[in-house]
Amino acid sequence: MVIEPILISLKTASVAILFTFVIGTFLAYVVFKMKNGVIKSVVDTILTLPLVLPPTVAGFFLLYIFGVYRPLGRLLGYIGIKIVFSWPATVLAAVVIALPLMYRSAKGAFQQVDPIYMQAARTIGMSNVHIAFRILFPLSGPGLASGGILAFSRGLGEFGATAMIAGNIAGVTRTMPLAIYSAVSGGNMELAYSYVVVLVLISFIFVWGLNYVTEHGSNKRRASSDQD
Amino acid sequence: MGLYVDIKKSYKGFTLTSSFESGKDSLGILGASGSGKSVTLKCIAGLITPDEGVIKVNGKTVFDSAAKINLPPQQRNVGYLFQNYALFPHMTVWANIALAIRDKSKNKEKTISDLLERYELTGLEKRYPTSLSGGQQQRVALARIFAYEPEILLLDEPFSALDAFLRENMQAQLIRILKDYDGDVVLVTHSRDEVYRICSRLLIMSKGNIVANGETNTLFQNPPNVISARITGCKNLSEIERLSEYRVRALDWGCEIETDEPIDEAHTNIGIRAHYFTKTPAGAAADYSRIPVEVDEVMDSAFDKTVILRVPGVPHRSILSSDKTGEDGRIWWICEKNTDISGLDALYVHKKDLLLLRS
Repeated sequence: MVIEPILISLKTASVAILFTFVIGTFLAYVVFKMKNGVIKSVVDTILTLPLVLPPTVAGFFLLYIFGVYRPLGRLLGYIGIKIVFSWPATVLAAVVIALPLMYRSAKGAFQQVDPIYMQAARTIGMSNVHIAFRILFPLSGPGLASGGILAFSRGLGEFGATAMIAGNIAGVTRTMPLAIYSAVSGGNMELAYSYVVVLVLISFIFVWGLNYVTEHGSNKRRASSDQD
Repeated sequence: MGLYVDIKKSYKGFTLTSSFESGKDSLGILGASGSGKSVTLKCIAGLITPDEGVIKVNGKTVFDSAAKINLPPQQRNVGYLFQNYALFPHMTVWANIALAIRDKSKNKEKTISDLLERYELTGLEKRYPTSLSGGQQQRVALARIFAYEPEILLLDEPFSALDAFLRENMQAQLIRILKDYDGDVVLVTHSRDEVYRICSRLLIMSKGNIVANGETNTLFQNPPNVISARITGCKNLSEIERLSEYRVRALDWGCEIETDEPIDEAHTNIGIRAHYFTKTPAGAAADYSRIPVEVDEVMDSAFDKTVILRVPGVPHRSILSSDKTGEDGRIWWICEKNTDISGLDALYVHKKDLLLLRS
């Protein structure tokens, strides 16, 4: 078994989650604060769409935007950045596909926070930015953490969009899911088997962690409401 | 100066119309739940935006729909004590108070320890809100508000989250704390005891409207209308028919009552507080009205006795037809526990204690 796909997968998922977490939380906050109901639900739908569309469709859009003959792809090409069929493309694919999970978890977590805390914060003069970072985000902690784990695990297992925009270049863009695909299509079931075991194990550990965070978070919340 | 409010707001099926001014003393707003009293308070703080109107705090306009002024809560300088205190659960007592300090140039450590000492919280600064008692939580919430140095203080049902036996002690504490505070205080509550103890002026609200406005004592002694009488706790209310200048027929009870005050056409109801009856006239018989009664039901409480009576020969309506006491044609009398009610055939009420009400 070549260990490279495992390392590439872990590297891709780790870098991707940094972007996914920040962008997903930020977008959730923006939508959470929106007052216009129509715009809010339109934006919400667009941000959720990658969750239900086949990843190949997301990959198609990404190719459409970043392809070397497209305006943005060409612009990036001039300054020496080539996204498609390079390692950054695996990150891009993982971010786009995992973003809805992070976004929805974060938005759900914000909605769970009792608005009275934000009201109290406003009446003692705290700015909106201050309220977000000191009150809203900390009180959404368990929800943000579980969203992060979910998004990381999804990034780790990303296949369709990655194949479309990053290709399947051994040692560069061949992540574990792609390696499994290549092994099976090459008739090497033994090799596929070992990658499958590794992927299942890693995912198992993270989803276990996710359950721990969710349980732990809700226990804490329950304990505090008992005191009231 | 003080607070000036004149607002309208459509809210959950009724329109709130609130218009009042507060002076230097504490103002109480009394009303049943859903009467719009909390909404009024949230409009003043800027947490809810009224549909139209004007709100001024010490002469400064914080809301004016015509002039398109709507300052955010952060710029209104209004302290708000929430029903469940809204202490940030992920922060210690110290951090909760530190967040509210307005004057950042001040010595933070000293300001906080002064507040902790003043509200008897010393030693609790590292604790989290959930580990504090209800009373301690309320004092932390007050310390947090006063760290912000607000111009006016709004109290939203401050004792409703506390156990009954803690409440009286907490009321006494709050009265002491408010004595040291210079600004206006507005207290919203459904508890008659609370407004009576804490507030010198009173607004009574019902279904989004202010139905009475005046000195607390006066409104309790002489509620101007039926709704105020009921909200200030009058248990016996009856519609009346005017017989002469000093004589009415109480239609719900089926008896005639003589009054001291001249009755005019605008008077629609009469009210008698359940505590004000006596078995025999305590003075000159001419000062008392006599109501013939027979005992229907007796309920014993810990320290007094409630006797429910009716005028003999008058059929009373089903008790289940209304939630409100005294609307089934029966008369409530709260008397001392050891009162002997055997053979009771009449009750007396001093004519000065009769409430003549307009609708």
